[in-house]
Amino acid sequence: MTIVQFILVGAAMFSMGLYGVITRKNAVLILASVELMLAAVNINMVAFDVHLADQLHSGQIFSLFIIALAAAEVGIGIAIILMIFRNRQSADVDELNLMKG
Amino acid sequence: MPLFAVTVTVSEWFSEVANWMFLLIALPTLVGAWRTVTSNNIVRAVLYLVVSLAGTAAMFLMLGAAFVGWTVVLVYIGAVIILFLIGIMITRAPLGTDSDLSHNREVKTSAGLLSIVLFAVMALAMWDAFGMAMIEPFEPTPTSDLANTLFSRFVIPFEVVSFVLLAALIGGIALARKDDEGGER
Repeated sequence: MTIVQFILVGAAMFSMGLYGVITRKNAVLILASVELMLAAVNINMVAFDVHLADQLHSGQIFSLFIIALAAAEVGIGIAIILMIFRNRQSADVDELNLMKG
Repeated sequence: MPLFAVTVTVSEWFSEVANWMFLLIALPTLVGAWRTVTSNNIVRAVLYLVVSLAGTAAMFLMLGAAFVGWTVVLVYIGAVIILFLIGIMITRAPLGTDSDLSHNREVKTSAGLLSIVLFAVMALAMWDAFGMAMIEPFEPTPTSDLANTLFSRFVIPFEVVSFVLLAALIGGIALARKDDEGGER
């Protein structure tokens, strides 16, 4: 196994996540795309951890932190989307133009 | 000075069974990721995310990171996806095919261009840095090693993450509950 194969998969997933964040209108799907990007970062973290044979396994520890923070982010994100939906009857980010001048 | 000297040729790469296993995992992962960001069916998009995340978990297992792999399965596939599906159902998104989930063609074209450029930059940089450098033979990471590090060197970040999770829990409840005036709380 080479290191670059894992990094390329991670880079491709990250780019697709970016594409999703830009093109999606539905707030839940934007969150899903962000999750995709975080998962791609995790692949890089673990691949480099194994590649560098780190005694402390810092890469794996960091990926655990990323997973925990991603879970918190989704929880808060869904709660915010829910609140926006209550006020605006829509989860479409294009309709959130209250602050538009 | 290259960081790791041992490299393989492309034909040697294809002669290894583990690499075919890798392709078998990587292809569904990427297809799942692609369908997550392009599918016109919102529930399917989230379910394709499951395929993609399961692929990443399998890659972690390939790399010997069993604990991280199973954590992904439990936390992402077990909890986060359910949260997404609940979010979809609560916001009463149309459950069938819906063409209104993504932006129009111009946004898609520029976003696609941007993603391709980003991928090209990252891929070229990584190829330049590592080439076909092999991962040194490794043992699967024992979970006890992870635990020892997590609770000694990284114990303060660990506590901070615990606090963030608690704050997210309380914040989620505070945000999501109904504020009906006059009703009992």
